[in-house]
Amino acid sequence: MLPPQDCRECSAVFEPVLLRNVDVPDSHMLSAYEAGGGYRALAHTLRKHTPDEIIELVKKSNLRGRGGAGFPTGMKWSFVPKQAGKPKYLCCNADEGEPGTFKDRIIMERDPHQLIEGMAISGYAIGAQTAYVYIRGEYVLAIRRLEQAIAEAHAKGYLGTHILGSDFNFIVHIHCGAGAYICGEETAMLDSLEGKRAQPRLKPPFPAVEGLYASPTVINNVETLICVPHIVIRGADWFRGIGPEKSPGPKLYCLSGQVRKPGLYELPMGIPLRELVDGHAGGPLPGRKIKAIIPGGVSAPVIPESGFDVGMDFDSLAAAGSMLGSAGVIVIDDTTCMVKVATRIVEFFHHESCGKCTPCREGLNWVVKVLRRVEAGQGEPGDVAQLQALCKGIFGNTFCALGDGAAMGLRAALEHFEHEFAAHIEEQRCSFH
Amino acid sequence: MGMREEIETAAERYPDRRSAIMPALLIAQREYGHLPRPVLEEVAEVLGVERIWVYELATFYTLFHTEPVGMFHLQLCDNVSCILCGSEVLLSHMEAVLGIRNGDTTSDRLFTLSTVECLGACEMAPVMQVGDDYHGNLDIARIDALLDRLRAAAGQGADVHVASAGLSGV
Ligand SMILES: Cc1cc2nc3c(=O)[nH]c(=O)nc-3n(C[C@H](O)[C@H](O)[C@H](O)COP(=O)(O)O)c2cc1C
Ligand code: SF4
Ligand code: FES
Repeated sequence: MLPPQDCRECSAVFEPVLLRNVDVPDSHMLSAYEAGGGYRALAHTLRKHTPDEIIELVKKSNLRGRGGAGFPTGMKWSFVPKQAGKPKYLCCNADEGEPGTFKDRIIMERDPHQLIEGMAISGYAIGAQTAYVYIRGEYVLAIRRLEQAIAEAHAKGYLGTHILGSDFNFIVHIHCGAGAYICGEETAMLDSLEGKRAQPRLKPPFPAVEGLYASPTVINNVETLICVPHIVIRGADWFRGIGPEKSPGPKLYCLSGQVRKPGLYELPMGIPLRELVDGHAGGPLPGRKIKAIIPGGVSAPVIPESGFDVGMDFDSLAAAGSMLGSAGVIVIDDTTCMVKVATRIVEFFHHESCGKCTPCREGLNWVVKVLRRVEAGQGEPGDVAQLQALCKGIFGNTFCALGDGAAMGLRAALEHFEHEFAAHIEEQRCSFH
Repeated sequence: MGMREEIETAAERYPDRRSAIMPALLIAQREYGHLPRPVLEEVAEVLGVERIWVYELATFYTLFHTEPVGMFHLQLCDNVSCILCGSEVLLSHMEAVLGIRNGDTTSDRLFTLSTVECLGACEMAPVMQVGDDYHGNLDIARIDALLDRLRAAAGQGADVHVASAGLSGV
């Protein structure tokens, strides 16, 4: 499960920090976390730093959000008004619904204290006394482990009032999701936390100003938050020195699909996709050839073989027409039909559409119908053009990024694998089965 | 702790009782197995919130069941990574051996079979969730062995939760 430690791309040996603890015995227990230096960053923060200094440090590190959009974390924190006259909230996004992604689950199951320490420092920086962790309800083991860890941290004075003898008070609550992908979208998550049906909100106002219960709220992904203690201990320059300067840091990559060694890998941001898949994850299954890779969960446009040298960071993938997203790397080989993959992905988005806006709700319904027809060998000559036109109608016209993601993904599949769609329509069958 | 007390404790976590509807529904579903209308009304009453708010959430979220499900809910992932690793074959196999279609419950009410979206455990694809537990790296032999163990556990009248705990493939 743990990655090999030397990355051929960096001259120096890369030392994993985020997964440092996950394989030690009882890694989820406080004793194991403390033995590995846990909660030192929190103690140091409370003794030596003002909240503003922590925000500056995180800004300087160039940490960008790991939940998908890559927004600069320090900047997001600095949008929280200093004097609000209202409580401030920290929300940890642990909904992890993006197909192909499992990093946050493994962190919460195996190293929940790392997340608690990250939240405590982040809460201190933004002036929050209360945090909610929004975890998808299926993650029963992660929920249990995080509950235990919160109780342990309270008992040891890492949470609660006057933490480690300081003036800082901070508590963490768990809120379980109940099976809706849209709850991962940050404003829909806030509605869900408030006990409403989850639908995205209009922005502005941005959550940092008016979020949960109309109070200033910062929403960050699990992996974003666990980077923070390491930045405090090792410094902003250390973090910025790993991978591309504008998109730096250690990164968790979730490898799955048709690859020899699926699993969670911690490697530098920016590592070439080919090296990640062939060098670290063992390459294709015996006798197969990898033909396509989805680099960032199913919202990220698929990359054909010719693009495998792209660097796995926010800017390089965007320039290549895809995105880093959640770093859920799904490997697809030459035994798999791309029409089927594309159909399944759009079916997923259609199923998870919250129904708030028409291009997504109706557009995806139509797209699914056409795709199913093509996949079943009943496609008509104009179908590819019709799918392209539908994507055009959806992209840029939806209320949130769910609809856009669906259209972008399908567009890439149509562009790079048009021959497979055309063959289905021409031969009126799928040649893969 | 009784259900009402548990819901009260959950409500203390939030400044607004409406926020406690989701946790309360999860608690109630654990208690009753599913969420028929009288249970929804009870939740609304305990929390002192509008009934419509409770109905709305119970029908919006897929983890809430307003209809009864079997003793073991077999939730097989059929998203991309699992399909790439053969989950479709497992679905047809289970449909055949259980004699039901995806979405249905066996007549002895032992098993409900559903396909679900990504369970967030793609590193062990194909994956199925049963009760609280994930079972990964599945193939037909493992599915058969799992179904046998679940049947045996049910035959012994074991508590469903205890029965499935410890069988996890994690
Ligand atoms: C449809 C949709 C689903 C999303 N799902 C998740 C998710 O499961 N986890 C997550 O951290 N971010 C998810 N996001 C991104 C969040 O909206 C938000 O950008 C992120 O949580 C911010 O945290 P970060 O800055 O630390 O990345 C999703 C966005 C959209 C549009
Ligand atoms: S794009 Fe889809 S998910 Fe997003 S608001 Fe519109 S209908 Fe809802
Ligand atoms: S696709 Fe099946 S667990 Fe993720």
